[in-house]
Amino acid sequence: MDNHLRFMSLQRKSSIKWRLEIMSETKNYTFTDYKSDQNVRWCPGCGDHAVLNTVQKAMAELHLNPEEVVVVSGIGCSSRFTYYMNTYGFHTIHGRGSAIASGVKVANPNLKVWHITGDGDALAIGGNHFIHTVRRNVDLNILLFNNQIYGLTKGQFSPTSKHGFISKTSPYGTVEFPFRPGELTIGARGHFFARTIDRELKLCVDVFKEAARHEGASVVEILQNCVIYNDKTHDAITDKEHKEDRTIILEHGKPMIFGVNRNKGFILEGINLKIVTIGENGITEKDILVHDATCEDNTLHLKLANMEYPEYPVALGVIRSVKAAVYNQELNNQINFVQRKTEIRKFRDLAIEGDVWEVK
Amino acid sequence: MGKSSKVIEVDRLAVRFSGDSGDGMQLTGTLFSHTSAIYGNDISTFPDFPADIRAPQGTIGGVSGFQVHFGQGVTTPGDLTDVLVAMNPAALKANARFMKPGGTIIMDVDSFDSKNLQKAGYKTEDPIFEDKLEGFNVIKAPITSLTREAVTDLSLDNKSVIRSKNMFALGLVYWLFNRPLEHTQEYIRKKFGHKPAIMEGNLRVLQAGHDYGNIIQAITPSFHVSPTESRKGIYRNLNGNKAVAWGFLLAAEKSGLELFLGSYPITPATEILQELSERKDLGVKVFQAEDEIAGICTAIGASFAGSLAVTTTSGPGLALKTEAMGLAIMAELPIVIVDVQRGGPSTGLPTKTEQADLLQALYGRNGESPLVVIAASTPVNCFDYAFYAAKIAVEHMIPVILLTDGFLANGTQQWRVPEDNDFPEIKVPRTNQEPKAYKPYLRDAEKLRRDWVFPGMAGYEHRIGGLEKDAVTGNISHDGPNHHLMVTIRQEKLDRVANYIPDLEVMGDESADILVVGWGGTYGHLLTAVDQLNAMGKKVALAHFTYINPLPKNTADILKRFKKILICELNLGQFAGYLRMKHPQFNYCQYNKVHGQPFTVHELAEEIINQMEA
Ligand code: SF4
Repeated sequence: MDNHLRFMSLQRKSSIKWRLEIMSETKNYTFTDYKSDQNVRWCPGCGDHAVLNTVQKAMAELHLNPEEVVVVSGIGCSSRFTYYMNTYGFHTIHGRGSAIASGVKVANPNLKVWHITGDGDALAIGGNHFIHTVRRNVDLNILLFNNQIYGLTKGQFSPTSKHGFISKTSPYGTVEFPFRPGELTIGARGHFFARTIDRELKLCVDVFKEAARHEGASVVEILQNCVIYNDKTHDAITDKEHKEDRTIILEHGKPMIFGVNRNKGFILEGINLKIVTIGENGITEKDILVHDATCEDNTLHLKLANMEYPEYPVALGVIRSVKAAVYNQELNNQINFVQRKTEIRKFRDLAIEGDVWEVK
Repeated sequence: MGKSSKVIEVDRLAVRFSGDSGDGMQLTGTLFSHTSAIYGNDISTFPDFPADIRAPQGTIGGVSGFQVHFGQGVTTPGDLTDVLVAMNPAALKANARFMKPGGTIIMDVDSFDSKNLQKAGYKTEDPIFEDKLEGFNVIKAPITSLTREAVTDLSLDNKSVIRSKNMFALGLVYWLFNRPLEHTQEYIRKKFGHKPAIMEGNLRVLQAGHDYGNIIQAITPSFHVSPTESRKGIYRNLNGNKAVAWGFLLAAEKSGLELFLGSYPITPATEILQELSERKDLGVKVFQAEDEIAGICTAIGASFAGSLAVTTTSGPGLALKTEAMGLAIMAELPIVIVDVQRGGPSTGLPTKTEQADLLQALYGRNGESPLVVIAASTPVNCFDYAFYAAKIAVEHMIPVILLTDGFLANGTQQWRVPEDNDFPEIKVPRTNQEPKAYKPYLRDAEKLRRDWVFPGMAGYEHRIGGLEKDAVTGNISHDGPNHHLMVTIRQEKLDRVANYIPDLEVMGDESADILVVGWGGTYGHLLTAVDQLNAMGKKVALAHFTYINPLPKNTADILKRFKKILICELNLGQFAGYLRMKHPQFNYCQYNKVHGQPFTVHELAEEIINQMEA
């Protein structure tokens, strides 16, 4: 029987079961199964193209059924993402994507909800929704495209633009401090934070898969290049020539080693991270800190997330991934718990309970 | 037993319980209204809370009141009260002006000492004389000391003794109205079952109040208000906020959808959020959001995912939801937005009632953004209109604003629990389109609504959003003529809702020259005023609107039958302005008030007579 007819014939309770049923089969997919028929309209050379491809690749590798996937975006260049995905999609309003995505997920927790947002969308106009979504730990995959600029409105500074950044609305440089998305996420009690770079395709796929597997709000900051209004803003660290020395890819359970010669790493000095060179001053690989993404205490994760070039290499990969109670699951558990105990099964049971009288 | 004193038969009476906010007057009033309703009286109640949560004891700012109007044909809590219970001087001072001439005042003389008199602002030791209340039947009952006496051997602490004073007042009022104590006794047994001494204390004090009536029967008459014939069924008391919440519960059941509420606490709408938060038993998902915007946005997300989605708020919150309402209009998703109106603008008068959000509800959005506006008109029909708001939203794939107000929200009436077939099914507009060929903006020919397809249905994957869509393919379109077409279609879709709502009715004397027009929560007062005038032989008719956008199809047909149209509303004339725009061929007179209070029947009757004579 076709799906919608089945749906119609089922009553309320069983319709929820039905949702579970159809979602249990998984098939093999390729990334093209997630491509919609719409022409991609981002500027040629924009970092968004690569992210789109790697998200589609990650979804194929995760065997996600397109009909189970909902992509919710706000407003901005990156938020056009929704239209290019052959999944369910909702291109919403500026800054409110995370609230709308939360509603989708809570209403039907079997859906895989991906929230696409940018630095302006999530951290300026949507800042309140962003931090509360993270705090609540709704099971969403939040991809935060950080190009440090407003692209769609043609080049104004954003809440992640560096202090002093010159743009159309800061012709003499900004006089305000930027947000650091990792710090904000962890400050909002985030349990998952990862960082990647648009042009690092394999890292993107890996990180997106990890984010999807994590239950709860997963925030992935993507250092994305806007070729038109903020070209090369991440180049100092993403450039092929320097990237080995200026970034570090963190892997859970592995020593934090980086550098073109793979001989640099971190040790703790007091409460600070210190860069050391293996083979110098008696340092061996054993002395290097091992990355524990699952540690509940977020002190070290915060330090790692906040590392900035030139003092430090910029941390990439999964910085924090800690198991915690998930909002949508907890809510369902409460409902199930109450429903097991209650005598109230339908509205009338409630209406005739308590202080009532009968006229015969 | 048997009463030797005079028992006066009356059709209806109002009693107002008033005291310090810690005196338990809301509970006392509620218990009295339950007993009266069970006895078979129509009831209408209205609480009068102090605006501050913790105003200083004994001051006028801290007075809490609860008025119960009961009897036959009761549709309002009553302008004035026949009986006032004043637990302290401040309560008397604050409420004396609500007394009907010649009414009865019950005061706790024990609390009328110089300190309390001073706190209440009395200059002398004789408040009755000072407030010119000599014409009233004043019962000076030593409530505090008799309460103490009733429980002397129970070794209760002082606080518990003082707390049970309200039961004395209640017992005395029961005597005054010849009402049985059983219902309240049962309540006390249930509530304090685990604290036997307190239970016993409250029961004794209730009885002592009642017995005190027997002692004073020689000097004061008692009253009897006979019950009304009502329809068979199960009854209970319900206030407007709870009625709204419950209407949605029934709508969820009748549509087979899960109910989702995204909301943020705001006076006076919070109780809806609280009530639905408790309804995990019926599977309701409540999301208390970080703000008003997220409240509606989570609801829109839930609607996209296939839930019956609702958000609740009051005026300032409605302002914040504006942009998201536009998204729901554009995405053509069903959602109900409840606005429990309060005094505005800005923070305004949060605990007071007003009807001044009408134009915000109708027009407060960017672009051409029509949505359905419905206004409930009594506390208990908030249930019906919440149900029908949900039905229209779902069946027409359109956002609906349901307007109630602070008066309806907190007012209580007796309510007959509906039978299964009292309310229709809600048909969820699922698609008949083939998968893979699905077009999200293809429309049904009659309602012009699109199909509702939920994520999870294979082959129907699609994208929607706030950008304008091509009328045929549903893809983004920046084409001018297409935009014009889509704007027109959305308006036409709204207009066609008129084919599915009831006609406007005329009440009162249809042959009258003057038609009184109201909308929303003023219904009870307008109806009572018109009824009273009709009973006096004056020719007056009433048309009361609950469907505001679109208006009932017969609106002009009705308006044209009258020489004079008088629109009464608790704002400066918003509905009058709306009717002038929709039906400019008529002349409209206005009567407006924005005191944060409902109309009084008296002032309405006076104004109508003035207009008739003008
Ligand atoms: S303006 Fe910048 S961010 Fe936007 S699409 Fe073009 S390159 Fe990408």
